[in-house]
Amino acid sequence: MTDQNTTGLTTESAVLAGELFGEGVGTQAGPPTTPADSAAVAPGAHSHGGAPTGSPAERFTSTDPDAFGVPTGREETWRFTPMKRIKPLLDGAASDARLTWSTDLPEGVELTRVEAGDPLVKGLPEPVDRLAALTRQNSDGADVVRVATEAQLDRPVNLGLAGSGSDDVVWGQLVVEVGAFAKATIVLDHSGLARYSGGVTVLVGDGAQVTLVSVQEWAPGAVHGGQYDAVVGRDATFKQVVVTLGGDLVRLVSNVQYAGPGGSAELFGVYFSDETQHQEHRLWVDHAVPNCTSNVLYKGALQGEGARTVWIGDVRIRPAATGTETYELNRNLVLTDGARADSVPNLEIETGEIVGAGHASATGRFDDEQLFYLCSRGIDAETARRLVVRGFFADVIQHIGVGELQDRLMATIDARLGALPGLDEQPVEVA
Amino acid sequence: MSVLEIRDLHVSVGEGDDAKEILRGVDLTVRSGETHAIMGPNGSGKSTLAYSIAGHPKYTITGGTVTLDGEDVLEMSVDERARAGLFLAMQYPVEVPGVSVSNFLRTAATAIKGEAPKLRTWVKDVKTEMAGLEMDPAFAERNVNEGFSGGEKKRHEILQMRLLKPGIAILDETDSGLDVDALRIVSEGVNRSRAEGEIGVLLITHYTRILRYIKPDFVHVFVNGKVVEEGGPELAEKLENEGYAAYVKGSTEVASA
Repeated sequence: MTDQNTTGLTTESAVLAGELFGEGVGTQAGPPTTPADSAAVAPGAHSHGGAPTGSPAERFTSTDPDAFGVPTGREETWRFTPMKRIKPLLDGAASDARLTWSTDLPEGVELTRVEAGDPLVKGLPEPVDRLAALTRQNSDGADVVRVATEAQLDRPVNLGLAGSGSDDVVWGQLVVEVGAFAKATIVLDHSGLARYSGGVTVLVGDGAQVTLVSVQEWAPGAVHGGQYDAVVGRDATFKQVVVTLGGDLVRLVSNVQYAGPGGSAELFGVYFSDETQHQEHRLWVDHAVPNCTSNVLYKGALQGEGARTVWIGDVRIRPAATGTETYELNRNLVLTDGARADSVPNLEIETGEIVGAGHASATGRFDDEQLFYLCSRGIDAETARRLVVRGFFADVIQHIGVGELQDRLMATIDARLGALPGLDEQPVEVA
Repeated sequence: MSVLEIRDLHVSVGEGDDAKEILRGVDLTVRSGETHAIMGPNGSGKSTLAYSIAGHPKYTITGGTVTLDGEDVLEMSVDERARAGLFLAMQYPVEVPGVSVSNFLRTAATAIKGEAPKLRTWVKDVKTEMAGLEMDPAFAERNVNEGFSGGEKKRHEILQMRLLKPGIAILDETDSGLDVDALRIVSEGVNRSRAEGEIGVLLITHYTRILRYIKPDFVHVFVNGKVVEEGGPELAEKLENEGYAAYVKGSTEVASA
C-alpha cells in the first residue's frame, strides 16, 4: 500500500477531479446521459454499457427451475460466477435445514408463515434464474413480516439469520409486506456458516417508506445466493442497503419494479472482498410507470490476490415511464495487486420524455488528489489512506440510518483494514 | 516567528521530452506578520509556485531552494511541510466522500499539534471559528467538500487555516468565484489571523479586488514563471489601472532575446 506507483500523480486525476478515482483499471464507464442528450436520441436507440451484456429487455422469469435449464457458466447471468463453488446450491436438493432466527419485532409488526399455495406467494415477482426458482420451490411457502398500515415503528425490525454449519442447503423465502403510509426499517443480519439460498420480496404499500438492510457477515466458507425483489407502490419510497463482508461466495440479485407512479428507489451497496471471496451483486431496475426515480450507489474494495467482485447494474426505462429520473454509480477500490473487479452498468432508454438518466463506473487505486489534500493538512500518508478507505465505506454505510448497526459494520471494516495507528486514540466526531 | 525563503526556484511539469519549465528562478521571502500579494496573468505559474511549496507530486523541482526557518522544505514530505507550519488554501479543494468535516478537522489538528486537542476547548474553537465565517453548524457533519458551493469550499479552507494556525499561509486564488459577501467573510477570517500577528500570508490572486479587503505589505508581479517587479500596495493600484500588458510584452522580449 505504500508503493509509490499507486500514488504517483497522473494527469487523469485532474481531469477526473470530483470523481473518486484517477486511472481506470478494468473499468467500464459511459458518460452520464443528460436529459438534453437523451432527448436527442431516438427512443430505444440509446444503450451503452461496454461488454456484451445483452439487452435486459424481456427478462425470462419462471417459477419452474427446469424452464431455465441447468446453467453451464457460459450464460450471461452466470458467466461471472464460479460455478464449482455455487454448485451445492444449484444442485437444488431439498432439505429441512434452517437458519437460526433471532427476531426483534417492534409493535405494529407480525411474523407469520404462509403455504406455497397462498395467493401472496403466487403473486410474488417470479424468479429470474434457476437458483431463484429452486429457492421458491424448495422453500415451500414463505415467512411473512407484516407491517401494519400507517404503522410508524419505534425501532428497526431485526431478523438475525445464523447458519449452524450444516452441509445441507438452507432454502428460504421471506416476504416483507408493508402497509400503506407505514414507515419501517427491516434488517436481515446474516451470520455463521451456511449454504443458503434465500428469496426476499418487499411489497411496499402506497406512500410507505421502507428501508431494507441486508448484512452478509457470514463466516468463512459460507455460500449465499439470493433474489431480492421490491415492488414499490404509488408515491412510496424504498431504500435497500446491501452490505457484503463475509462468506466465500455471495451472489445477490436485486430487482426493483414500480406498482404505481411517483415511487422512489435507492439501492446502496458496499462490499469488501479478500483473496478467498467472490462477491457478486446484480441489479435490475425496471421503470415501467411514469414519474419514478431510482438511484444506485455501490462501492467495493478488493484486497488480496484473487479477490473478486462483480457488479452488474441494469436499468430499463420503458416507453410508458415518462418523467423518470435515474442514476447509477459503481466504484471499486483496488487495494492490492491481483484482484479483479468487474463493473457493467447498462442503461436502456425507450422514451425521450425523461428527467434524467445516467451511470458511471470506475475501478482504480487511491486518488492522489485526495491523499495530497489530506497530507497537506499534516496528516501522514498512512493515516490519510485509512481515512480515505474508511470514508469510502462510510459513504454507503451512513445510508443505513441505524446507528448501532453502522458502528458495528464500520468496526468490522476497520478490523479488516487492520489497526488504525494514530486514529485509534482519537474521538472522531466533535459536534 | 517564521521565515519562508524561496531562492532561484525552478520547477517543471511532465517527464522527459514532455517536461515543461513553469517556474524560472523565483526569489521571495515571507516573514511572520507580513502579507505578500503575488499577482499575475493566467498561466504565469502562480499556482505552480503554491503547489510546489506544498509539495504536490505533479511538480518536479529542478533547481533552487525553499527553506522554512532554515529547514529544507523540499526535503520534507507533504505532511511534514504542513506540520512544520506551512498551509495551502487551495483553489479547487477535492471531495473526500464519507469523511466528515469534523472528523477531518480534528484529525488534522491532532496531526499538526502532535496530540489530540482537548475535546471541550476544541469543540468551542470550531464553533467560534465557524460562526466567524458565518457557517452553519450542520456543516461540520457534511462530508469534506462534497456538494459544497464555491463559497463554502473557500470558507472551509479558511476555517482550516484558522484552526491549524500555520506560520505561513499560502492562499491560492481564494477570491476566485466568490460573491462580494463571501469575499468579505473570507477576507475577515484572514484578517483575524493577521491581527494575531503570528502569520505570514502569501496571497496569490489574478485580481486586485481581494486587496481592498486584505491590505498587502508587499506586491509582487509574477509573469512567465518569475517575479518581474516588486513594490508596495501602490503597485496593486497600478495593476488595477493598467493591467499586465506591459509586463507580458516585456517578458516576451526577454524570452526571445
